[in-house]
Amino acid sequence: MSSVATIQTARSKVARRSTESRREARNFWIYVSPWIFGFLTFVLGPMIYSLYLSLTDSPLGSLGDFVGVANYVEVFGDDLFHIAVRNTAYYAVVSVPLQLVLAFFLATLLNKRIPAIGVFRTIFYLPSVIAGISTVLLWSWIFNANYGLVNYLLSLVGIDGPNWLSDERYAIPAIIIMSLHGVGGAMLIFLAALQDVPSELYESAQLDGAGRAQQLFRITLPMVSPTIFFNLILGIIGALQVFTQPYIFGQLNQNLGRNRGMYVYVQYLFDAGFRYYRAGYGSAIAWILFAFTLVISLIIMRTSNSWVYYSDGGRD
Amino acid sequence: MRGSKLSRYSGLAVRYLLLIFMGILFVLPFAWLVSSAFKPANQMYVMPPIWIPRPPTLANFVQGWKLLPFGRYLLNTVLVAVVGAAGTVISSALVAYGFARFRSKASGVLFTLLISTMMLPMQVTLLPTYQLFSVFGWIDSFKPLLVPQFFAVGAFFVFLLRQFFRTIPRELDEAARIDGCNSFRIFRSIMLPLCRPALITVAVFSLVNNWNDFLTQLIYLNSENNYTIAIGLQFFSSKYGPQQINLLMAVSLLTLLPLLAVFFLAQRYFVQGIASSGIKG
Repeated sequence: MSSVATIQTARSKVARRSTESRREARNFWIYVSPWIFGFLTFVLGPMIYSLYLSLTDSPLGSLGDFVGVANYVEVFGDDLFHIAVRNTAYYAVVSVPLQLVLAFFLATLLNKRIPAIGVFRTIFYLPSVIAGISTVLLWSWIFNANYGLVNYLLSLVGIDGPNWLSDERYAIPAIIIMSLHGVGGAMLIFLAALQDVPSELYESAQLDGAGRAQQLFRITLPMVSPTIFFNLILGIIGALQVFTQPYIFGQLNQNLGRNRGMYVYVQYLFDAGFRYYRAGYGSAIAWILFAFTLVISLIIMRTSNSWVYYSDGGRD
Repeated sequence: MRGSKLSRYSGLAVRYLLLIFMGILFVLPFAWLVSSAFKPANQMYVMPPIWIPRPPTLANFVQGWKLLPFGRYLLNTVLVAVVGAAGTVISSALVAYGFARFRSKASGVLFTLLISTMMLPMQVTLLPTYQLFSVFGWIDSFKPLLVPQFFAVGAFFVFLLRQFFRTIPRELDEAARIDGCNSFRIFRSIMLPLCRPALITVAVFSLVNNWNDFLTQLIYLNSENNYTIAIGLQFFSSKYGPQQINLLMAVSLLTLLPLLAVFFLAQRYFVQGIASSGIKG
C-alpha cells in the first residue's frame, strides 16, 4: 500500500520535473531570443558573409565576382599591410605590458584605506571614461613639437623633445604614452583583485620573516594572476583595434604627408573599405585580423596554465 | 616592535608622495586643456607656456561653438547615447535573466558562445554589416548605431547582469510563482528592482561607450545634419584645427562637460561595474 503510494508520488514527481524542465527550456529560449537574433544577424551572419565577400571583388554596397584567394594574395604582397602589421604589433607589444604594470602599480598605491584615497582613485580612473575624440584632440595639442606640454616638460629636464606626430619614429611612442593615461579601467579591476587577497596570507608571511619583495612575488602576484590574465587578453585585443588616435593624429598632420609610422591595421582595413570602396579586399583584411586575434588569444590561454593560479582549483 | 611606528609613518609618506606625483601626471593633460581653452590665440604659441591666461577669455567658447552647429551635434549625440543605452539595458536584462534562471540543453554552449564574442574585434564584421545596412537603406541614419543595441550584442553587459541576477535567492522566484506570478512578472517586479545598481551600471557604461564611439559613427553618419559630437569635432579639427587650437580646445572642453556630469553623478556605479567585471564568480 505505502509502496504503491511512494511509486505514485515518485512518478508524479518525475512527470512534474519533466514538464517543469520543458517549461524552463521554453522560458530560456524566449528570454535569450533577442541575443540569438542579434548574434545571428550582427555577428555570425556577417562573419560568414564576410568570409564569402573576401573571396570576391565586391565594391562597397554591392556584390562582385568570385575571385578565389586573390584578395589574400594581394594583401600579403602589399607593403602597406606589412607596415600596418609592424606598427600595430609594436604598439601592442610595448603598450600592453606598460599598461599592465602602471595599472597594477596604481592599484597597489590605492589599496589602503587612508584619507583622500577616493580622490586619487577618481583622478586615475576619470581619463579612461572621457576617452573620446575630445581627448584625442587634446593629446594632439599636447604632442605639438614646438608648443606642446610633453616637449615643455622634457625641456625642463634638458631634453630636446622630438617632433612626435610627424616623425615616423615617434608616432607609435606618442600613442603609447597617450594609452597610459587610460589605464583606469584595468587599475580598478586590479584593485578589486587586490582587495580580495586574504590579509592572513600577508600576516603569516610577515611572521615567517618574508620581506616586501617576497610578499609581492610569492603572494600578491600569484593571487591576482587570473586578473593579470584577464587584463592581458583584453589589453591585447584592444591594442590590435587601435584606430582613433592614429586616425586623428594623422589627419592633423595632412600637410606633412601620410605618416607611415602611424599607419595601423584598422586604418588599413578602413582605407580598403571606406576610402577605396573595396569591400571584398577589406573583408580579407578583416579575416586576417580575426585570425591574428584568435591565434594570439589561444597562445596566451595555452601558456596561462603555467602562470595563472586559481585559488579555488579552477574557474567557476 | 622597535621603530615599527616610525616605519609605518614613513611608508605612509612615501605612498602619499607617489600618489601625488602620479596624480599630477594624470591631471596635467586636463589642466592643459582648460588652460588652452581660456587662452587668446597670441598666448597659445609661446614657450614656456602660460598656464593661467592673462586675462582668461570666454571668446574661444563663443566663437568655436558658432563655427559649426554644435548644438545640433550635441542633440544627436544625446539621442544616440540615450536610446542606445536604453536598448542595451532592456535587451541585456532580458537575455541575462534567461541565462541566469532557466536551463535548456543548449544553455551551456550558448553561454560560452556569448562570452567568446567578447573577444571578437568589432572591425571584423564592419564591412559585411555595412553591406547589410546599405541593403536596408540605413546608411546616413542613426539606425545602424542603435538597432543592434536592442539585441543584446554587448556580451559584457549580459555577462555582468547575469552574474548579478544569480546572486538573488531563488526562493524569491519560487514564492512569487506559488503566488501565481509568471516568469515575466517575476523578472519585472523582483529581479529588476533588486538589480537596480547593476542596471544603472550597464546604463552608464553603455552611455559612455556610445558617447565615445568614433569608428561606427564615422562610417555611418555622412551628412552634417546627422553629425555627432565625435564626428563634428573631427570635422572641426580637419577644417580649422591646426590654426585655431584654442577654439578646438574650448569646444572639446564644452563637449566633455555632459560626460563629466554623468561620471560624477554615477561614479559609484562605474566603480562597482568595473570591479565585478573581473573573472570572479
